Amino acid sequence: MKPVGVIRFLGTNCDRDIWQALQDCGLKPKWVWFQDQFHWKDYAAFILPGGFSYGDYLRCGALASKAPVMKSLTEAACHGVPVLGICNGFQILCEAGLLPGVLVQNQGLRFIDSWEPIRCVSSNPYWGGVPQEVIQLPIAHGEGRYYLDEGEVKKLFDEEQVWWTYEENPNGSLEDIAGVMNELKNVAGLMPHPERAVFPWMGDESGRSFFQSLLKMIL
Amino acid sequence: MKVGVRVMPKKDVLDSQGRAVEKTLKHHGKQLLGCRVGKFIELEIDAKDKEEALRKAQEITEFVLYNPLIESYELELQE
Repeated sequence: MKPVGVIRFLGTNCDRDIWQALQDCGLKPKWVWFQDQFHWKDYAAFILPGGFSYGDYLRCGALASKAPVMKSLTEAACHGVPVLGICNGFQILCEAGLLPGVLVQNQGLRFIDSWEPIRCVSSNPYWGGVPQEVIQLPIAHGEGRYYLDEGEVKKLFDEEQVWWTYEENPNGSLEDIAGVMNELKNVAGLMPHPERAVFPWMGDESGRSFFQSLLKMIL
Repeated sequence: MKVGVRVMPKKDVLDSQGRAVEKTLKHHGKQLLGCRVGKFIELEIDAKDKEEALRKAQEITEFVLYNPLIESYELELQE
């Protein structure tokens, strides 16, 4: 089995949680350093974990989106390799132009740390989700308000690129959007943290489905 | 040569910081019609004339300093 690359930037802090979740779901994680280059054929998928890359300087994810590793990652994405960005990883993928839109400061100006019910709008072929199902996942962010031009948002819904929406919008996200995908559907990002909901003691196990879904796809 | 880059949130994007600052100022009885918060970046650029300095600054700004979805920018030559 090819490994799943877990990309670490300076300031990434959910990397070990991702590692544990991948291992426990039967996948093979492998660290990828932000200064490294790689060949996309050597990996089954990539995950950009949450954190505060580059201290959120300039804009969240902006400086990380220019890190050396992003060149290889963009090549991988263009060749259809599945890529998942969680929280800061989602912000990085947006800043890199691999996902549409951008994440700005929460409407209420506060960092929010809570469990949120989210609804799957369109399923993702690699990371799962069943349309209309509602699951609970933790969020922990200060800049999670999804933004995109209004005309473009309509297109996202039409093209089935909206992955998850919040049931009770916590941050002012446009159209309650919590997660989106690119046109090819191989690059996906969401603000909630599936890796923080993989064991009963965490409060919920619904995050497992993201990693189990990938396992099914790459076996 | 020094070039200043003024990055401001676009008018149709909610400027959370500007709104918070405005609220506090008004709470203290300060008279103002509005307040927006952006950022100012100073670039030091090796260039033979103003045109070259501004051209290089524009390239740098559009590379990463602003996000066209939510921000606009202006360049100003620092004397």
